[in-house]
Amino acid sequence: MVPLSYYLILSGILFACGVLGFLIKRNIITIFMSIELMLNGVNLSFVAFAAHWHALSGQVFVFFVMVVAAAETAVGLAIIIAVYRTRETLNVDQVNLLKL
Amino acid sequence: MLHLSLFLIFGAVAVAGAINLLVQRHPINSALSLIAVMAALAAEYLLLGAEFVAAVQVIVYAGAVMVLFVFVIMLLNAGEEEHTKGSRVAIILGVPGMLVGSLLVAWTLVRQSGTSELEIGALPGAPSTIGWLLFHDFLLPFEVTSILVLIAIMGAVVLASKPEQTSEPRKEA
Repeated sequence: MVPLSYYLILSGILFACGVLGFLIKRNIITIFMSIELMLNGVNLSFVAFAAHWHALSGQVFVFFVMVVAAAETAVGLAIIIAVYRTRETLNVDQVNLLKL
Repeated sequence: MLHLSLFLIFGAVAVAGAINLLVQRHPINSALSLIAVMAALAAEYLLLGAEFVAAVQVIVYAGAVMVLFVFVIMLLNAGEEEHTKGSRVAIILGVPGMLVGSLLVAWTLVRQSGTSELEIGALPGAPSTIGWLLFHDFLLPFEVTSILVLIAIMGAVVLASKPEQTSEPRKEA
């Protein structure tokens, strides 16, 4: 038997690590991976609450979150490739223009 | 007891992977530790009985998404990140802000959730049940998702393809 709060704390730690990575990392790919970490933390709390309420729809929402994350990853990495092609850098401090 | 010890082992793996992601300087090391986090989370889902979610986590996240990440890291030949003035400001402002925010969220969640306990395999998450739910109650969102994925595919192809090169050289330079 594991208290529900343990799962919530674990998901909170993962989410906080994602936020921290988003703030302190300078490499655009690592920043993107931090976003994935945040999504994973949220998914864990979805599943924990689904088990708590015995509601299966929580798992379906996790499925939708995963699909959206996969789509976001495909588009985001394509944008990263486009940015790298024009700027030749992955450091976000040197990417300060929205123009390609 | 078994549930608690398994939860703690996989939770420790997940947290260690997440911290390793922050500490490593090279993006490929961060990507590999993120794969460890995702695998540990799949084990946590399995402990709760969410078999379908665990399988999708391994196949989609640890498989497809991370392969895409590793491919892009190798394609762009990403090196170690360099630290600049901006990153120091981000650390000074970001770490305390993150701590305050996460403490607030954790306090609220733990206070709200009470002392309920989860058993091992608490969810009846067999793939057939999820599939039934997905194709009955959530049919419209499911179909909308397919359009989203189609748009994402087209967007990725358009964005990542090389810009068109003009066949004839420019007259004025």
